[in-house]
Amino acid sequence: MEGAKISLLITKDLVKWFGDTHAVDHVNFTVKESEVLALIGSNGAGKTTLVNLISTKQSVHGRIKAGIARSFQLVNLFDQLTARDNVALTIFSREGKIANLVALAASDSAVWDEAHEILKAFGLEAKARTLAGGVSQGERKLLDVAVAYALRPKLLFLDEPTSGVSTREKAPIMDTVTSVVRSTGISAAIIEHDMDVVFNYSDRIVAMHQGAILADGPPDEIRRNETVITNLIGTTEAR
Amino acid sequence: MDVLLIHLLNSLLYASVLFLIAGGLSLIYGVMRIVNLAHGNIYAFGAYVTAWVIGSVVANASVPVWLVLLPVGAVATAILGAILEPTLLRPFYKRAEEYQLLCTFGLLMILEDLMRFLWGPYPLSASALFESFGSFSVGESIYPTYNFLVIGVGAAAAIFLWAFIYRTKFGVVLRATSQNMRMASALGVNVNRVFIEAFTLGCFMAGLGGAIIVPSQSAVLGMGVDALVLAFIVVVIGGLGSLEGALVGALIVGFVREAGITWFAEIELAVLYLIAALVLLVRPAGLFGRP
Amino acid sequence: MSVPAPAPRTTASATRPLRIAVPIAVLLALVPLVLPPYSSILLAYGLVMAIGALGFNLLLGYTGLLSFGHSAYFGVGAYAVALMVKYLRVTSMELFLVGAIVASVLITALFGVVCVRYTRIFFGILTLALSQVLWSLAFKFFWVTGGTDGLRVPTPSLFAGLVTGAGDKIAFMSHAYYYYVLITFCVCVALMWVIVNSPFGMALQAIRDNETRAEFVGVQIWRYRWVAFLVSGVFTGLAGALWVPLNGLTTPDIMHWTFSGEIVFMTVLGGFRSFAGPIIGAIVFNYLKTYAVGYTVYWQLLLGAVLVGLVLSLPTGIVGTASRLVARFQGRS
Repeated sequence: MEGAKISLLITKDLVKWFGDTHAVDHVNFTVKESEVLALIGSNGAGKTTLVNLISTKQSVHGRIKAGIARSFQLVNLFDQLTARDNVALTIFSREGKIANLVALAASDSAVWDEAHEILKAFGLEAKARTLAGGVSQGERKLLDVAVAYALRPKLLFLDEPTSGVSTREKAPIMDTVTSVVRSTGISAAIIEHDMDVVFNYSDRIVAMHQGAILADGPPDEIRRNETVITNLIGTTEAR
Repeated sequence: MDVLLIHLLNSLLYASVLFLIAGGLSLIYGVMRIVNLAHGNIYAFGAYVTAWVIGSVVANASVPVWLVLLPVGAVATAILGAILEPTLLRPFYKRAEEYQLLCTFGLLMILEDLMRFLWGPYPLSASALFESFGSFSVGESIYPTYNFLVIGVGAAAAIFLWAFIYRTKFGVVLRATSQNMRMASALGVNVNRVFIEAFTLGCFMAGLGGAIIVPSQSAVLGMGVDALVLAFIVVVIGGLGSLEGALVGALIVGFVREAGITWFAEIELAVLYLIAALVLLVRPAGLFGRP
Repeated sequence: MSVPAPAPRTTASATRPLRIAVPIAVLLALVPLVLPPYSSILLAYGLVMAIGALGFNLLLGYTGLLSFGHSAYFGVGAYAVALMVKYLRVTSMELFLVGAIVASVLITALFGVVCVRYTRIFFGILTLALSQVLWSLAFKFFWVTGGTDGLRVPTPSLFAGLVTGAGDKIAFMSHAYYYYVLITFCVCVALMWVIVNSPFGMALQAIRDNETRAEFVGVQIWRYRWVAFLVSGVFTGLAGALWVPLNGLTTPDIMHWTFSGEIVFMTVLGGFRSFAGPIIGAIVFNYLKTYAVGYTVYWQLLLGAVLVGLVLSLPTGIVGTASRLVARFQGRS
């Protein structure tokens, strides 16, 4: 049911060159409120470049104020801190409390309570006190998303959240992520190669090819789109 | 005019030695991605060995003998390198960088005292060779002829290295390993052997730098750390991992230092740091470096 | 707050460390009463070094920056005191400490701006190079610094002049001054403990573990490293200031890279991945050095060899290895 949804993010004619190639070619990209969007395209289509452009367009603080956060394709965590610390640290930063050097972090129970809630929402509460470097790959992926989520963004970019994870684990990860996203009403833009994930979890799909947007619409429409099928679905990895 | 020429020659002299040291450091980093903090002391070790051999052991021999034995310091450091790499460096490749730095720093301390243990706390000289070359006139001044040997060796080393790395099969292997170690290994390159060879070559260069300069100035304790800091400035300017960078950086440092000594004796080192800082600000990877 | 889930026991709570620290502080306080003067003076040196190592490890263990030039800040603290004696005729220890802190702040702020932008190896050599610059300046400006002869520092007056150095110097050093060092040590330990367990401390560890993510989470890498550098340098400068009345004299040696090497060594010996490691390492090292110096002149060789050995086989140092042994023992019983 489209219609009254507000646009959260609009890019106009976004362009990025890598040498002679248009990595991103005049892209007009929109994300609406409270939607889960999948960004698909073969390698080199410009998806990650687009996300990088958007997520690094401002300074560190500009980004956070604008409500954008992202997770990473290659998991990026603080491996020698516990899962709980990873999330709590993000909250401290978000709240502007991170510069404090003469107060014990332990004393701010509001932060730790919220960290536990977030871990719980992502199903990671049992691993709260485990070092981030010591949890399983699937849990690391979830933690990566949880850390981005802890910034309480309005728009969450997820870069291949199920890559490197066994097929069996993909569904639980996506279930968790999408349930958190939908229950808090934020938007998520997910770069994905796995078409099952894409079609099962997204409200809208944006297909990119050679730096430009090929198609943009709900899954059913995309599924039937000839150009998309020829250029993308045919060429992505077979199941 | 002749004063200018002398300054030029001095700069080239300094640059030659620096190129050998920094080039060795860069080569090792380029192939193995490690920085050996003890590299300066390897240079010093080469200087000491050569000074000892031609200054003491065969002190009564003749110039040709001395010349033949001049590179002995480089051979010694090459052997040292070949022993050190598999024993003290290899265990650290897969570990956090701090451990590697700590280990090579420990090595620096060991070498410093080893040199003191072997040769005592006083400078060791081999000046007879230096003096035997005499000097020639440059306009109204005179200039030691021996220095041409140093400059010559430096230039020859640069050419030889370039040929070695870009024209030989080993050079190809070296470059391949430095660009993509995993791939090279998958293609059948014995990476361990390449590492030993690269490290040995790097140490040989540093030792050669020490060997050729020692007749003109003695080997003293502490010369290693001084050289390390200077080599660092060279690779900051030129780019760590690049031989062209080491050459250009060495020339720049050589000229700046000569200018600094002449006009601002007190702050000569500060001027060098200033340049290094400037380069780091403008082009953090150095002039020729890979970011 | 209801407590259904385990109460968020966060990175640290104050009670457990206090249960270990207080008895130790009491034991330390008893030393002058129970042991001969020489022992307290020796231990005072150890405590002073511990403060320096504690500062150093804020950078290494917590921020992931290995400095090879910390002798510079120790020297700045020591020379600040010596110069205050020479030019301002100051004798108050409190003023010495203030002067040392001010001098350390200035120098580390400046050096920090230069060093902190860069990655590990460049950072390391930059710190080394800068400390060598200071060392050579101490020689060059010999009319100010006394050159190789150094500068003498007489016994200071403590606690705003209440306790003076008049009378038996040994008794003063082994009692009054010892307690002064001990109190400062306890304050420094407490302060550093708060800092590493603060949100700022967490940010440092985040930067250490993953710069990219730390930045994405909102931490300004450069700025936080700089502040860590500053705090680290000030602690070490303070150590230098406390050291110089004990030693009676300061010379350029303490700014030489070999002393930086000792600071690195003692921290790795104790274990740089723990809070108490540097403290234990410094105190143990102090004893080792005192007794070993009599045996061999090849001190660097010994240090270097042990450092390499430590890094190869006991990277977690005394504290880390001890914890592992204790854990294994507890696991068995």
